[in-house]
Amino acid sequence: MLGLHDFWIILAYFLCIGSTILCVVYGLVNWNKGREEAKVEKIIRWEKEEEA
Amino acid sequence: MYRLALILATLVYLLITGYLGYIAYRKTRTTTDYLLAGREAHPYIMAMSYGATFISTSAIVGFGGTAALFGLSLLWLTFLNIFVGIFLAFVFFGHRTRAMGYNLDAHTFPELLGKRFQSRFIQVFSGILIFLFMPIYVSAVLMGATQFLVVNLKVDYEIGLLLFSAIVALYVIMGGLKGVMYTDAFQGTVMFVGMLSLLFLTYYKLGGVTTAHEALTRLTPQAQEIFGSIGHRGFTSMPAFLSPLWWTVISTIVLGVGIGVLAQPQLVIRFMTVRSSRELNRATAIGGIFILAMTGVAFIVGALTNVYFFNTTGQISFLAAGKQVDSIIPLFIEKTMPSWFSILFLVTLFAAAMSTMSSQYHTIGTALSRDIFETLTRRKGTIGLNRIGTSIGIILSTLLGWGLPRFYGLGSEIIARGTSIFFGLCASTLLPMYIGALYSRRITKAGATAGMVTGFVTSMFWFLFVHEKESQVLGVCQALFGRGALWGLPWKVVDPIVIALPLAAFVTLVVSYCTKPPDEAYLNTCFNGIS
Repeated sequence: MLGLHDFWIILAYFLCIGSTILCVVYGLVNWNKGREEAKVEKIIRWEKEEEA
Repeated sequence: MYRLALILATLVYLLITGYLGYIAYRKTRTTTDYLLAGREAHPYIMAMSYGATFISTSAIVGFGGTAALFGLSLLWLTFLNIFVGIFLAFVFFGHRTRAMGYNLDAHTFPELLGKRFQSRFIQVFSGILIFLFMPIYVSAVLMGATQFLVVNLKVDYEIGLLLFSAIVALYVIMGGLKGVMYTDAFQGTVMFVGMLSLLFLTYYKLGGVTTAHEALTRLTPQAQEIFGSIGHRGFTSMPAFLSPLWWTVISTIVLGVGIGVLAQPQLVIRFMTVRSSRELNRATAIGGIFILAMTGVAFIVGALTNVYFFNTTGQISFLAAGKQVDSIIPLFIEKTMPSWFSILFLVTLFAAAMSTMSSQYHTIGTALSRDIFETLTRRKGTIGLNRIGTSIGIILSTLLGWGLPRFYGLGSEIIARGTSIFFGLCASTLLPMYIGALYSRRITKAGATAGMVTGFVTSMFWFLFVHEKESQVLGVCQALFGRGALWGLPWKVVDPIVIALPLAAFVTLVVSYCTKPPDEAYLNTCFNGIS
């Protein structure tokens, strides 16, 4: 496959590509998730500033 | 003409870097700006900064040359770089580090660990570890980069060393982490373009992917002729199981560097620079692609240089480059690539060195000012204090890079081992405690401290007396026992991380479960918003 014959090298080759795809898919699936916590943190920060 | 074009390209690159450093300086107003880029880094800037800091000149030229020796077995390191260094790091460490760093108002990695376990000792010890050992790692990058300046721009070595340090120092001291990250993002982009071009041009020169790989496989007899006795089975095969070469590839290169990356202070701090998990999610996608384009390309091209050199000189790369591993990639570029690419590649190497050095300088500086000085004196930090700390760190690192090879016979060899020593020490000393901090409410201050000291002492013992590559150049074992390493095979080729990391983790767990659990109310503060 692709001129390679050793199982462990072929496995490494595809794991490199597979793990990159995993990173990209994870990033795209969660592209807009996780923003709400920043809003909560901002409110906490405002409250702290007001207290100060 | 070529030299004029190279000087012009370097000047344009430096002007853009300087401009970005100036923008960062204008935007740095608070300590949080200086230490954490204001906790509002853009995901592209964060991901590229993480990647460009991760990948230095030695990853491209040094490990690329190593791949010319060991072949495609180094792709296992690329896999770990992406899967552990990006995916696991961002998804399982990044989100919790960001949230906990915010909850505890931590501005450095040692401060995060110290506050999490309510221990000034942990913060100061980690800070001292960084301040004492990271300069050797910086020196390795600095000397490599200076060597390229000397060869290609015909600059005197000592002037080159000072010039390189001064340029990086300027935007790190003035712009803080914003200066580091803005320039990293630009430098990372240059590196990405340079490495992708290298991959396509190499496969094109060698007749395509399959043809190139088959030609590399046919060089198995030549590889075995030189390295067969230590377990080499060809450039497209894994080394013989449990042979000295297998231990070197798996324990030192794959595990030492692949796992060691998780506890690198200059990388962990990046997770604390973003506003929310959304930025980390987006950065994961960018980081994965970037690292594949860096180490994946360097290792594949490194191995394939054997095909070119064998076709043109009848020798494999190691012999064609006069047995100088670090010369293999530059020699391959010089012989095969068009002049425009040689210029692009040199700028790529400058970018790789500067992006890594700037983060190292910043981390050393903050370790001195924030983690050691402020913690011991209980003074409140200012930007000025951090700038002084960073300046002292830069001066000491530069003096080490200049003085160690000059005044100590084995100085260059010690610096050459600097990267693996620092990676190994950080992993064994800080990683068990870091995982415990993020994932366990049961790890106690005593457990974390005991694990940290165990990891450090075990690593140092292994470096000084057992792992031959370091023990021989450090010379302590030779002075005390009259031999380079205490024990023979396989121990002398087993990396310290294989022994010290599990031992430190074991001690952390045992001591924690033998001591009183931490205060629940404080743990709730630490884990606020972390599910």
